Amino acid sequence: MTDTQTAGAPSTGTAASGPAGGKKDEKQERIASLWSDAWRDLRSNPIFLIGAFLVFCMLVLSAVPGWFTSGTPFAANACTLQNSLKPPTGENWFGFDVQGCDIYTRTIWAARNSVIVGVVTTTLVLTVGGALGLLAGWLGGIMDSILSRITEIFFAIPLLLGGMLIMSGREGNAWTVSAVLATLGWPQIFRIMRSSVLQHKNNDYVVAARALGASTVRITLRHILPNAIAPVIVVGAISLGVYIGAEAALSYLGIGVQPPEISWGLMISDAKDRFLQAPHVLLFPAAALSITVLAFIMVGDAVRDALDPKLR
Amino acid sequence: MTSIDKTTNVPAPRAASEGTPLLEVRDLHVEFHTRDGVAKAVNGVSYSVDAGETLAVLGESGSGKSVTAQAIMGILDMPPGKIPSGEILFQGQDLLKLPADEYRKIRGSKIAMIFQDALSSLNPVHTVGAQLGEMFRVHRGMSKKDSLAKAVELMDRVKIPAAKARVGDYPHQFSGGMRQRIMIAMAMALEPDLIIADEPTTALDVTVQAQVMDLLAELQREMNMGLILITHDLGVVADVADKIAVMYGGRIVETAPVHEIYKRPAHPYTRGLLDSIPRLDLKGQELYAIKGLPPNLLNIPSGCAFNPRCPKAQDVCRTDVPVLHRVTEQDGTELPGRGSACHFWKEQIHG
Repeated sequence: MTDTQTAGAPSTGTAASGPAGGKKDEKQERIASLWSDAWRDLRSNPIFLIGAFLVFCMLVLSAVPGWFTSGTPFAANACTLQNSLKPPTGENWFGFDVQGCDIYTRTIWAARNSVIVGVVTTTLVLTVGGALGLLAGWLGGIMDSILSRITEIFFAIPLLLGGMLIMSGREGNAWTVSAVLATLGWPQIFRIMRSSVLQHKNNDYVVAARALGASTVRITLRHILPNAIAPVIVVGAISLGVYIGAEAALSYLGIGVQPPEISWGLMISDAKDRFLQAPHVLLFPAAALSITVLAFIMVGDAVRDALDPKLR
Repeated sequence: MTSIDKTTNVPAPRAASEGTPLLEVRDLHVEFHTRDGVAKAVNGVSYSVDAGETLAVLGESGSGKSVTAQAIMGILDMPPGKIPSGEILFQGQDLLKLPADEYRKIRGSKIAMIFQDALSSLNPVHTVGAQLGEMFRVHRGMSKKDSLAKAVELMDRVKIPAAKARVGDYPHQFSGGMRQRIMIAMAMALEPDLIIADEPTTALDVTVQAQVMDLLAELQREMNMGLILITHDLGVVADVADKIAVMYGGRIVETAPVHEIYKRPAHPYTRGLLDSIPRLDLKGQELYAIKGLPPNLLNIPSGCAFNPRCPKAQDVCRTDVPVLHRVTEQDGTELPGRGSACHFWKEQIHG
C-alpha cells in the first residue's frame, strides 16, 4: 500500500503545485493519507459517481417525498377501486394497483421505509458490532473468548428464520425490522472488526505509542481504531444495500413491514398473483428496489476498491 | 515560532546526580512462558548508565538486548513475558514496583525509546505533526495548536528541511533518514533523562546512518541525557559509545570502556565478534565467522552459554556458569569498568 502511495502521492503533489501554486493549494495537494487517497480515487470513479447520485436521490426521496408527488398514499381518497389495475398513463406514470391506488405515489413513499431500515440497521450493526469487536480484539484472552462465543450463537441463526421467529406476534414497521436485522447482522461486523484490530494491535506503532506513554484508551481510539476501521466501513457500505433487500424479503413474506405501512416488498407481494394480467403493478416497485440496492452496493464496492490498495 | 517560551527548553535539573546512577539494572531476569516451555531471554543482567553517558549493548539477535530494553520501558507483553526477579532503578526508584499509571507517565517524559523501523513505528493514518504533538498533548495537556507549533520546533531541531511545510505530511512521504529523525524528535520531545535507542540505524543506508548517529550524539550532549544504544554494529559503537556491554544468551559476557574492548577483548565471544569485522588489510582472505548458532533460549547449554561455540572451551566451561570477573592487568592493577564472564579471561586478555 505504502509503495503505491509513496510512488503516486508526492509526485502528483509536486506536479500540481509548482512555485506558482498558492500556499493553500500546496498544502491540500500534499496531504495523502489512506482516506484522502481513497477520496481522490472515488471522485474519478464513474461507478461511485452514479451510485452516489442514486443514493443521494433515494435519500432526498425518502426525506421529502412531497417534492416528487402531490398525493399521499395515506389520504382518505388516495385509492379508488374504479382505477383498479389501470395501466400507466401520462397522468399516472406507473398506473394503479388492485386497490386502485396510484403506484407512483406508493413507490415514492415506500422509499422512506427502505432507507430507514438500511440506515438504522447499518448504524446499529456498526456501533454494536464495531464496539464489541474492538473490545474483544484489544482485550483478548478470556473476554475475547466470551464475546466470540456469544457472537457465534447469533451467527448461527439464519436471517429469514430468525426474522420470522422474532417478528411473529410483533408489530411490523421499519423500526422493528431494523432491530431484527441488526440483531442478526452485528456478528459479521464484530468478526471483521475483531480480526482487523488483532492485525493492527501488534504493529510497531502501537508499541511505540505505548513506549511514549500513551494510555490504553488513547492507543485504542487514536492509533488502532483509525487503522482498523477501513474494512468495517466497506462491509458496512455494501451491507446497507443488502439490508434494504432483506427488509423487502421479510415484507414480501409477510413478516416485515405490515399494512397500512407501505414497502416495496409488500407491493411486490400484493402484485405477484396478478402478474400476467397487470405486470406494471409488480415491475415498478421491483425496479425501484433493484435500483436502490444496486446504488448502495455500487457505492460500497467503489469504496472497497478505493480502500484496498491491492486492487489499484 | 518566536512566540514559544524558550524557558521551557532548558533541561530540567537532573534529580539523581549524587552517587546514584541515572539508571541501574540489577540482576534482571526475563522469561517468556510459551507452549514449548519457558524461554529464558534475560538471565541476570546488570548494567548502569549515568547522565550524559552512552552505553552500547552489543549482541547477536536473540541475545536478550532488546528484551532488556523493553523491560526497562515497561512495554514487555505480559503474559507471555514475566520478570521473576531483578530491579530496574531509575533515579533511585524501582520501576518494577511502580503502579501502572505512574510508570506510564515516566514513559515518554523521563525515559523514551527510538525504534529500529521508523516507518512501521509511526502511525500511517496520522500526520507527523499530529504524532509529534501527541507527546505534548498526552504528557503536558497542551492544545492542538500549541502542540503543532512545538512539533514544528522539534522538526527544526532534528534538522528536517522546511519543517513548517512538512508538518502536515504523513510518515510514508518522508525518506528513511527523515523518518528516523522524526522518531528521534518524538523521543526527544519532552527532554527525557534517558533514551533507549534500539538499533536506530539498522534500517538505514550507510551514509544516512552516520548522519543519524551524529544527530543523536549531538542532541544527547546538548541535553545531557543518558543513552542506551542497542546495536550489533561494532562500527557505530566505536564512534559514539562511552562503554560497552556485550550480551550473549541473556547474560552480559563482557563490559568495558569503548576503546579498550577493541584493543584487548577479555572474552572469546567478543574476540570472535571483532575478528568477524571485514578488514581492508585482509582483503581476499576468508572472513572469520563464529561457528554455530546462538543458543536456543528454551534450552540454554549448561555452564557457559557460549561453550558449544567457543574455540577455547574446557570441561569447566560445560559445568560451571562463569561469573562476571573483574578484569585486571597482569600485575593486578584494576582496569576500571572492565569485566568478563569467562573462566579463562586471563588467558584471553593477556595470553
